[in-house]
Order: sequence, then C-alpha cells, then structure tokens
Amino acid sequence: MGDWFQILGQKGLGVFERLGRGCILFYNILAGLHTLIPRPGLVIQQVYSVGVLSLVIIVVSGLFVGMVLGLQGYNTLVDFGAEESLGIVVALSLVRELGPVVTALLFAGRAGSALTAEIGLMKATEQLSAMEMMAIDPVRRVMAPRFVAGFIAMPLLAAIFSAVGVIGGYFVAVDLVGVDEGAFWSQMQDAVDLHDDIYNGVIKSLVFGVVVTWIAIFEGSDAIPTSEGVSRATTRTVVHSALAVLGLDFVLTALMFGEI
Amino acid sequence: MNSRQVEIWVGIFVAAGAAALFMLAMKVSNLSTYSNDEGYLVTAKFEDASGLKVRSPVAMAGVRLGRVVDIKFDNETLEAVVTMSIEGQYDTLPKDTSASIYTAGLLGEKYIGLEPGGDDKSLKHGDRIKLTQGSMVLEKLIGQFVSKFMTEGDGDKGDKGDKK
Repeated sequence: MGDWFQILGQKGLGVFERLGRGCILFYNILAGLHTLIPRPGLVIQQVYSVGVLSLVIIVVSGLFVGMVLGLQGYNTLVDFGAEESLGIVVALSLVRELGPVVTALLFAGRAGSALTAEIGLMKATEQLSAMEMMAIDPVRRVMAPRFVAGFIAMPLLAAIFSAVGVIGGYFVAVDLVGVDEGAFWSQMQDAVDLHDDIYNGVIKSLVFGVVVTWIAIFEGSDAIPTSEGVSRATTRTVVHSALAVLGLDFVLTALMFGEI
Repeated sequence: MNSRQVEIWVGIFVAAGAAALFMLAMKVSNLSTYSNDEGYLVTAKFEDASGLKVRSPVAMAGVRLGRVVDIKFDNETLEAVVTMSIEGQYDTLPKDTSASIYTAGLLGEKYIGLEPGGDDKSLKHGDRIKLTQGSMVLEKLIGQFVSKFMTEGDGDKGDKGDKK
C-alpha cells in the first residue's frame, strides 16, 4: 500500500518536472529566436521538411473531408429542402473547426513525430552534446529553426486544407448532387464572416502550430537516449499533441464563438 | 536535394498557402460584398426590434442598401433606436421613407425593409425615419389570433342569443 502511494507521488512529481522542463525549453527557444534573423536558411530548410513534405497528405485529406461533408450535409439538409445551405455547412465547419483541428492532428502525425525522432536520435547519438562541446547552443541551432518553421507552416497548411475542402465540397454539391452553383457560393459568402470565422480559424491554427511543434521538440530533447526511448517519445508526441489540440480547441472555441 | 530546389519548393508552399487564404477571404467569406464606402447613417425608432442584430441587412425592393450598425435603447421613449448605414450611392431615398422589420422566410433572420414615400427631399446623414413598424413576434401574433378567435366565438353566440 505504501509503495502504491510512493509510485503515485513519484509519477505526479514526474509530470510537473517534465512540464517545468518543457516551459524552460519553450522560454529558451523564444530567447534564441533572434539568432535566426541573420540565418534564414536554417528556417527555410525546416519549412521544407515540416511544410512542403506535409502538403500531399493535407491536400488529399482536405479534399476528401470536404467531399464527405458535402455528401453528409446534403443527406441531412435535403429532408428539410434546405440543400442550398450546403455551402454554409461545408465552409463553416471547415474554416472554424475541421481545417485547424484535422490539420493539426495530421501535422502532429506527419511532421511532429518526425521532429521528435530527429531530435531524439540526435540526442541518442550525442550530436547535441557534440554541438555543446563546440560551443554551439543546440537550442538555437537545432530547435529554434524547427519551432519557427512549425509556426509558419501550420496556418498555411490549415488554410490550404480549408480551401481544398471547400473545393471538394463544391464538386460534390454542384457536380454530383446538383445543388445550384450560385446559391452554393452566395449563401456561403453571406454566412461566413471574414473576421469572426476566417481570422479566428487562422488564430486557432497558429496556436496549434506552436503547441504541436513545442511538444514535438520537447519530447525529442527529453527522450531517453536509446532506440526504445526515442520510439516512446515519438508515440508520446502524437498522443500528447492530439490531446492538447482537442482540449485547446474547446477552450479557443468557447473564447471565440461562445456568446456567453 | 540542393538548397536551390528546397528554396523553390518552400516558395511554392508559401505561395499556395497565401493563395488559399486569399481564396478563403475573397470567395468563401463576405469580404467581396463589403464596401469601403462607409455610407451615411440614418436612425429609426422601433417599438420592438427583437431578433434584429448589428450587421443585419437593410433592403429596399429586395436589394440590400446597407447594414444595421447599432441598436440602442432610448430611456425616454422606451423604444429601440436602430442606426443603419446606407451606402453613399443610394442617396435619393425620399425623406418620408418608412422602415419595417421583416423576417426572411418563415423562421429566417430579421432584416429592415424600407418602403419609399413620395417626398421630393431625400434622406441625409443623421436623419431619422419616422414611420416605422417593429418586429412581428410570432408568439404575440398567435396570442392575438387566439384571443380574437375566442372573443369572436363568444360574440357569435351572443348575437345569436340576441336574435332569438
């Protein structure tokens, strides 16, 4: 019984310890950002690996999510004779929720896990220590560019996801089930507000980009330097990012759209 | 992959993201229906402005001329004061134009419908529309209908009773 309490306490302290280390790392990354200004090449390289290489999965999933929304929305709306509102359903659900959230989940799976594995392996093979030996700060040289790249890439990916999703919904609505094209676009434009919906969606995706990249970098730098430790850290990145994104999404939605 | 190719791909990626944002702003949202032209402000007092919101449309003959920009409560007359912005190009509305709050469809959103009067002078910035008709509240209407129906029913009985 005593052991049980001891283990519980140890685990609890471990959680806070990791949270504290994560916050310190976050602060160090922010403090090291200015060193990137004279060296944009580092960031460009990372935008390529987290952004450009994620494009295919984002575009394909965006297209299918939009098409499914079009079909499902049609099936429900046609009962009420309101299939002209399909544009509103597709655009609002994509811009407000699905765009930022699904993109963040895919981003965590595609780019976050790769970041963790890369940094974890650097740690396991003592490349990070070697940098420190050469008086190069690995936080500034390795982690800060990846962080900035995630911050830049995530909103762009979310915007691409939403735009492709709207086009997918348009194909299904207009070409497949025969909703009037003019009604589809005009109702959508009437209902979607630039400030309330699109800006808030972009803010959401910025927040998710910061959180997912932060978790990925932290798990990598905090990994136990063995092959098993790196694999566990990669799993934790995906799980923790997904939980953080979904939880934060509720908080952000309540702040932005909750008329309380 | 050399650094030139990386840079080209990053450029394409950023351009695609910017294009997507641009498409969302122009094609999906209401930005294209915004006008920079602030227009002129006209107020109207309504007995009941329930259901009306800031940014609700203001229309005449089914064409949108502007938007509601403010809804306040007048402490003295105990009425709702609605300020609407009408686009500058529509500057020939007669001064005795009347305003009513209508519902788009049976359960749709509320909007202000203007009906032209016959005055030669036209509405200007800061003018007040004097002839107004507030929102139709469905519950009130049903209530009135039911009570009228009941009293008419009673009245009929009474009439018959008199004749007999």
